[in-house]
Amino acid sequence: MGRYLLTALRVSLLTIVLVGVLYPLLITGLGQLCFPFQANGSLLTTGGTLRGSALIGQPFSAPGYFHPRPSAAGAGYDPLSSGGSNLGPTSQVLHDRVAADVAQARTDNPGLDTVPADMVTTSASGLDPDISPANAYAQAARVAQARGVPAMDITALVTRCVTGRQWGFLGEPRVNVVHLNQALDAAYGATGR
Amino acid sequence: MIWGIAQLVLFFAVIAALTKPIGLYMARVYAGERTWLDPVLRPVERLTYRLAGIDPEREMRWTSYTLALLAFSVVSAFLLYLLLRLQGVLPLNPAHVPGMPSDLAFNTAVSFVSNTNWQAYAGEQAASYLTQMAGFAWHNFMSAAAGLAIAVALMRGLTRHTAQEIGNFWVDLVRSVLYILLPISILLALVLISQGVIQNFAPYHTATTLTGTTQVLPMGPVASQEAIKELGTNGGGFFNANSSHPFENPTPLSNLLEMLAIFLLPAGLTYTFGRFAKDQRQGWALFIAMALLFACGLAVIYGYEQAGNPVLAKLGVEQHLSALQPGGNMEGKEVRFGIANSALFATITTDTSCGAVNSMHDSFTPLAGGMAMLNIAFGEVVFGGVGSGFFGIIIFAILAVFIAGLMVGRTPEYLGKKIESKEMKMAMLYVLISAASILGFSALAVMLPAGLAGRLNAGPHGLSEILYAYTSGTGNNGSAFAGISANTPFYNLTIGLAMLIGRFLTIVPLLAIAGSLGAKKTVPATSGTFPTTGGLFVGLLVGVILIVGALTFFPAYALGPVVEHFLMHAGRLW
Amino acid sequence: MPQSRIHELTPEHPQVKSRRRGQAISLGQLLPQAIADAFRKLDPRTLARNPVMFIVEVGSVVCTYYAVASLVTHGGESGFLIAIAAWLWFTVLFANFAEAMAEGRGKAQAGALRQMKTETLANLVVEGVVTKQIPASQLKKGDVVRVSAGEVIPGDGDVIEGIASVDESAITGESAPVIRESGGDRSAVTGGTKVLSDQIHVLITSEPGKTFLDRMIALVEGASRQKTPNEIALDILLVGLTIIFLLVVVTLQPFAIYAHSPVSVSVLIALLVCLIPTTIGGLLSAIGIAGMDRLIRHNVLAMSGRAVEAAGDVDTLLLDKTGTITLGNRQAAEFLPMPGVDETEVAEAAQLASLSDETPEGRSIVVLAKQFGFRERHLTHDEAVFIPFTAQTRMSGIDWKGERIRKGAADAVTSWVREQGGTVPPEVDAAVKRVSMAGGTPLVVVRNTRILGVIHLKDIVKGGIRERFDQLRAMGIRTVMITGDNPLTAAVIAREAGVDDFLAEATPETKMELIRKEQREGKLVAMAGDGTNDAPALAQADVGVAMNTGTMAAKEAGNMVDLDSNPTKLIEIVEIGKQLLMTRGSLTTFSIANDVAKYFAIIPAIFMAAYPELKPLNIMQLHSSQSAIMSAIIFNALIIVALIPLALQGVKYRAVGAAALLRTNLLVYGLGGIIAPFIGLKVIDLLLVALRLV
Repeated sequence: MGRYLLTALRVSLLTIVLVGVLYPLLITGLGQLCFPFQANGSLLTTGGTLRGSALIGQPFSAPGYFHPRPSAAGAGYDPLSSGGSNLGPTSQVLHDRVAADVAQARTDNPGLDTVPADMVTTSASGLDPDISPANAYAQAARVAQARGVPAMDITALVTRCVTGRQWGFLGEPRVNVVHLNQALDAAYGATGR
Repeated sequence: MIWGIAQLVLFFAVIAALTKPIGLYMARVYAGERTWLDPVLRPVERLTYRLAGIDPEREMRWTSYTLALLAFSVVSAFLLYLLLRLQGVLPLNPAHVPGMPSDLAFNTAVSFVSNTNWQAYAGEQAASYLTQMAGFAWHNFMSAAAGLAIAVALMRGLTRHTAQEIGNFWVDLVRSVLYILLPISILLALVLISQGVIQNFAPYHTATTLTGTTQVLPMGPVASQEAIKELGTNGGGFFNANSSHPFENPTPLSNLLEMLAIFLLPAGLTYTFGRFAKDQRQGWALFIAMALLFACGLAVIYGYEQAGNPVLAKLGVEQHLSALQPGGNMEGKEVRFGIANSALFATITTDTSCGAVNSMHDSFTPLAGGMAMLNIAFGEVVFGGVGSGFFGIIIFAILAVFIAGLMVGRTPEYLGKKIESKEMKMAMLYVLISAASILGFSALAVMLPAGLAGRLNAGPHGLSEILYAYTSGTGNNGSAFAGISANTPFYNLTIGLAMLIGRFLTIVPLLAIAGSLGAKKTVPATSGTFPTTGGLFVGLLVGVILIVGALTFFPAYALGPVVEHFLMHAGRLW
Repeated sequence: MPQSRIHELTPEHPQVKSRRRGQAISLGQLLPQAIADAFRKLDPRTLARNPVMFIVEVGSVVCTYYAVASLVTHGGESGFLIAIAAWLWFTVLFANFAEAMAEGRGKAQAGALRQMKTETLANLVVEGVVTKQIPASQLKKGDVVRVSAGEVIPGDGDVIEGIASVDESAITGESAPVIRESGGDRSAVTGGTKVLSDQIHVLITSEPGKTFLDRMIALVEGASRQKTPNEIALDILLVGLTIIFLLVVVTLQPFAIYAHSPVSVSVLIALLVCLIPTTIGGLLSAIGIAGMDRLIRHNVLAMSGRAVEAAGDVDTLLLDKTGTITLGNRQAAEFLPMPGVDETEVAEAAQLASLSDETPEGRSIVVLAKQFGFRERHLTHDEAVFIPFTAQTRMSGIDWKGERIRKGAADAVTSWVREQGGTVPPEVDAAVKRVSMAGGTPLVVVRNTRILGVIHLKDIVKGGIRERFDQLRAMGIRTVMITGDNPLTAAVIAREAGVDDFLAEATPETKMELIRKEQREGKLVAMAGDGTNDAPALAQADVGVAMNTGTMAAKEAGNMVDLDSNPTKLIEIVEIGKQLLMTRGSLTTFSIANDVAKYFAIIPAIFMAAYPELKPLNIMQLHSSQSAIMSAIIFNALIIVALIPLALQGVKYRAVGAAALLRTNLLVYGLGGIIAPFIGLKVIDLLLVALRLV
């Protein structure tokens, strides 16, 4: 057994160097070389200020912004506490939370036809940057009203911001809320809060 | 649904197409033949043997093979334990993560050495960059390589004629890492980075959001680990949210690649097996049996998830699929993946011992979550973990041919090897150990306040959380009904034990089978031999897996997912 | 000319059914004994051999305790608890009954055999003279005894002096006496058989208490029955499943408590008993015993159950040509006239030459000649001089009406003709060669100095044997014919009989080498043999069937003895071996498949109170929780009884490929095993309700 342990230790140390150190360093080098923007977090900066990541959702609650999905990550969109609500389908807590969110959504968006599922459900990561197009269109009227802009314009902006299926068939059509709100601010000024 | 189903079909078509080339390549690697990577890797391999004092020519009996495997596991787990305890004072720790407490470090070390990657911790808060690389990523490679080694040893046992040796563990381990895991990981990691998976050593960034709040963005060498995490069916995420985290899995394409990576090697192993058996149909028979089980599980999960939660429907939530929204049960799912890609990922990750998740299983509808749990409870034999899926299905194949052999009036044979009492003993032990660990620990947990305290959800769903935890631990899966608060001394210890039992107590009988089969004569097949290639065998194999799984877990599930399903439709909440 | 055998025990037709033993024992005699035995077998020490049923017995005891306790404390459900306990006991009893039934027939036979062991006196011979009489039980190996007409042979042994006709009906059931003589392959005698004529000296070859008869009694009684390798493997499966279900049931209680719906111990035990494979567990030993019994009824004694199982696995069957594949003797098949000779002329001459030839070959020539219109003539010695066959002349014939008619081996006859001054036409050689090439034996017929023609003596392949070999091939068994003939002749017969291969010019050494070669390839070999020189091969073969007429050495070396001495029976032995495994496998599948329905009966029943929402799981719409549980355990118990006939008779074996066989059996016992209990449970439930028992 002693001999096996010794061999095991040697193999361990050798492989730690190989796949535990050299491999990540190689990938980092190549990543930084080929895809520096992505490798560093797809960061959004405006005027030297770091505004977040294109991939990570941010909390928006003002009526003049599109709202992201409810988040279970910390107090909401806290990347240090990524995760979902983990509430089961028969959870009273889930029921009550969704009931409250549905009520809130109806209050926020008078005349709301239906409540899209993703509008009142938390995402898996709690950092989901996307909402469904249905969700975005459902909020367009409210945003338009809050910003005093014709609803048609906002709807058109949403349509422009819809990301289709990747390569035309992968994934789901979606709207990146951070992008959308950035576009909103760019078009109508950051006055919506 | 068309878009959804098209993506599921596409995924499987790609896997089916990749099975042969990767299987062939692995067969070459394990036969010690030349590959096109030899010019680069052969010197590294030789150097490794020389430095480690390994004689690559010397093969081992099953006992030595097992001892070497155990020795390596003990050493590597111990090294990880040390690293976890000491990470606070070691370099590459820009976020100043402290050392782990002992029970969590034990659980985590066991979790990685057993290829489970159960995460009782949240990666962004509890692990330094050094730990992620030299600890977790390293284990991701090594535990997968060990799984491959065992599978290959078993293939040798099944196909060798009166042989005492089943290969050299160190050689199988090193060749798995160098020729299979490493090259594919490098390729995959780079593609993942192109999709937005991060790879850097920067400290965590503090951003000012569009609305002026601050948001701390964790960083780190994610892509290098993400690649091997899926390829090695490890599943331990860099971040707590695992593959649902946009930094781990940012786009539908990265999602597809990660899913492919999970199934790639296990599917390929069926072809490798066919090469070993010198009868490709033997491999395809296993492949088709796996494919059938995969399709069944996927249909259940996708179907129930897309149908949504009637409790929410009553609240006026629109869960119907349309061109503008994925609909269905979106709690705990990402919009970019929708229902189809979440259901597919859940099926894949529980069919294998991966356990990475891109959606939260805890929030699945009862039967979909139950199916995910059952996939693991079946023994993760649907393609299964890297290596472990293959040897798991061989256990069921042994049980199937035993029944079949009796029914055709012949001492059962598999690949010409007579299945006798020793093999039956080991196969039953394998099945028994898993069942005992899952049911035993779960029963213990529901009886103890420390166990009950961990539940997030009450009622039947709480029982499901506990059952899922031990199923995942024993099955070395690592996914969770994550509402459970598993970072307590009770859960760290018991799930740690479940992971050890699930990995090592099942490997020993398995290698014993490899040894005893290898030593046997290979009986030539006649028309009186039950063929293990046809549709009948595939059907029987699937039947045995379903029956053993269903009979073992139906009563417990009846009080968990099954009753919850009926309660959900009756509108009874907890 | 082949020497004809003194006696012929081999049935002429391979499919002639051997006399079945024990047919006379009626169900009426067996039943009372079996019922008594079923209770006797409740002894836990006996039952511990069968882990599955042992668990049921323990469960029965616990349930009885709870039933009694509820009576004492006047708990509400005592009727229900008593019913559970009672049906669990029935389950054990039914399983015991199955075993007792299987053993019953053997026991009755053993009784009959034991009567033969009534104390006989042996005439001990020392240095050629009878010294004293001692009881047979005191005979030791190496003693010599004298047995005269009317006496019973006191022990197993070899005839070392004399010749006698022996009545072996006690062992073989065959009433015709057989000849036993010293030397050669017919020297073995069995204790308990009776000498009918003459007197022999027998060298005792078995120790007291270990005679053939003793072993036979032990075998039919099942006393020496040991678990076979396959049975052990199956036992492991069953025990493994039992432990899994034990786990399932034990851990169900904490889950039930979690659901605020604890289950009573009796109901948990009922669930356990329903889930563990009681059907196969209860019938397993009965199947094994019945398999051995089936062999005995075919007049085959297997020295171990292992041998029977090995028979089911046989890959290669070595069969002696003579007596197994062909009839023991050659037969005249055609007359080949020389140019200018009429075929009828040849026939007449051949018939005349064979009139005195009493060998089967000679008779067959007479019979063939009849087809040419020559009725068998009965000539007296006054009319003709018969010339018998001698080893020197190698001819036989007749001198009649001044003509000398001879038939014999070609070279003998031609040289005889030349001696007489005749000539041998070249066509003779051609005809002789033709017959040889066709695998036959040529006999040349000559009248005075004129060669008339050639008789084609042919090996006659037994009727139906080809079909048997086709069946064997379908079963995946390769047949190899063993013969002393030259390869040319052997090839012809092999082709005609449809064997897969042959070993020509076989010697004990080449035979042995063939077996070893097959075994090196991982194949299991079966063979039949009778001579002393067969003994090593019999021992080497995985299944060695010794003929009862054979030598003691052969019988010791083989692991089965065929009392009918019919080598063709190897085929039946293989079928019985396969049937044994199949019956086990089918009932195991059935047993496990049954659990599906039982789950759907019991699980909703026990949790209905806590979760009425589980109602949709009660797909059989059983009346109530209690009726559902009762139906399940009653079905579970009754199915054992219902399957006893199947366990005893065995699942029908058909000689088709493995895949086809499996498909059928899976359909019948797998799918049937899933569906049958759904119907059975519902029917029992309806009955219980109708009878107001729940």
